[in-house]
Amino acid sequence: MTILFAVFLLTMLVITAIAIVRTPDLFAAVMLLGIFSLLMAANFFVLDAADVALTEAAVGAGISTVLFLGALALTAARERSSLAPPRLALVVVLITAATVVYATFDKPALGDPNAPVHQHVAPWYLEQTPVLIGIPNVVTAVLGSFRGYDTLGEVFVVFAAAIGVLFVLSGDRPLSAVFRPKDAPSTGGLKHHLIPRIVGKLLIPFILLFGFYVQFHGEYGPGGGFQAGAIIAAAVILYAVLEGEDRALVALPEPVLKGLVAGGALLYTAVGLVCMLLGGNFLEYSVLSADAVFGQQLGIILIEAGVGVAVTGVLLCIFHAFAARDNPA
Amino acid sequence: MQILGLYNYWVFVALLMIGFYAVIAKDNLIKKLIGLSIFQAAVFLLYISMDKVEGGTAPIIQPGAVDQIYSNPLPQVLILTAIVVGISTTALGLAIVVRIKEAYDTIEESEAAAMDREA
Amino acid sequence: MSLALDIGSWLLFGIGSLVLFIGALGVLRMPTLYTRMHAASLTDSLGAIAVLGGIMLQAGWSLAALKLLAILLFLLLTSPASSYALANAALLAGHQDSRSPPENGA
Repeated sequence: MTILFAVFLLTMLVITAIAIVRTPDLFAAVMLLGIFSLLMAANFFVLDAADVALTEAAVGAGISTVLFLGALALTAARERSSLAPPRLALVVVLITAATVVYATFDKPALGDPNAPVHQHVAPWYLEQTPVLIGIPNVVTAVLGSFRGYDTLGEVFVVFAAAIGVLFVLSGDRPLSAVFRPKDAPSTGGLKHHLIPRIVGKLLIPFILLFGFYVQFHGEYGPGGGFQAGAIIAAAVILYAVLEGEDRALVALPEPVLKGLVAGGALLYTAVGLVCMLLGGNFLEYSVLSADAVFGQQLGIILIEAGVGVAVTGVLLCIFHAFAARDNPA
Repeated sequence: MQILGLYNYWVFVALLMIGFYAVIAKDNLIKKLIGLSIFQAAVFLLYISMDKVEGGTAPIIQPGAVDQIYSNPLPQVLILTAIVVGISTTALGLAIVVRIKEAYDTIEESEAAAMDREA
Repeated sequence: MSLALDIGSWLLFGIGSLVLFIGALGVLRMPTLYTRMHAASLTDSLGAIAVLGGIMLQAGWSLAALKLLAILLFLLLTSPASSYALANAALLAGHQDSRSPPENGA
């Protein structure tokens, strides 16, 4: 029965992707992309990847749709219909498809326990996590501790994205004017639409609470810094949409946002450096406390907090940079 | 059961080609970015399909459960990183598209290239 | 007792699936935008209550049932608000209802 459901979900994915590429209305394409991300998250959950499903739902279906809509409001709303069918592109795509399909016949069947990917490192992680780190969620343990250096690089990538967006969008004005200036007239938000405002304002505290729950619960269930950062950013973006973007800048002012972006990356690096100062290697959390296992748990909590703070700041900076841009008339 | 065992990978190929086609054949810059997102999602599907073990469950070790098969946690860690990196590059791409619109007043690639050739 | 729970949850699943199917059929077959939204709102209210109620019966008295109740409350609160926002946006954009009665009440 699960196989039937999985096959159905995968077929819906392909149908949605074809619809996205074929529609000339860009708003419809972005909404369908949100549905595509949600179907992908359901697929990930059927394939036993709970953390990845949560991240895809929060980041892909939530934040990505907001960013695309923000960019669409500043550019065109419809795609100019193409003049000639691109034959060369179709031929290239079909040849590549045939090659990759030929390659898939060598792959082991889905769920085969003797596949090479399950043999070498993964059983070691599954056995050693309760012994060395002592937390139930193996994915968080690998992300935070065993492969913590890669996660540090990922935080820097997110940080670089925020800096890149701020620089690109400040091409014709000074960097300090990328955000909406304080004396600009208030946008008002959805002041005249009573129902979304009331429902939204009821929900924002619970969304924030859920974001913090996901942040601190990442060691015991699906969760962690990235998902929590996306959910908290979504709550603030909802407030900005309902009350006007200037009110959201009063709630979380611009220096605070930039401080969050830099502070998250700094917290992560500082934990690594403190481990070095205490005598261990970079990001070796065992030296953080007398009991090595508790030191690992403490290190993971601190770096997840750093990741969550950085992701929240980055997503909000990017949102404000798009939203403060004047619409071309 | 060979077909059902490989269905995930064929769906991966279909999504990969749909995204690839949107990137190379469409003229609109935002459609190209959407196609790139679909392409990335297809790669995520490939990796997560590889981590499933028959009869397994999500790799969260329940205390007191013995003889429980867990699915592979390693591709999930890789894809968690990849999703966040993907949204970062999408955001940067969208910022560049906004600037192109302001500079050329169009987001169709052929029109912008024609303006460049005239200038 | 567990047999009664199973029968109850299967009944709720059946009702919920039927309602969801009717709602989807209505979205496809209704003539105008506003009537299609009436059909879609079926899935938000009765469909969500029936399906989530069935899952809650299966979960029994546990933390999972409480979380499912929270999800149900969230859905019941936000889905009608988003339907309202969609209908309002269509009205403000000047979406004409081709079957609407003439304006002067004839």
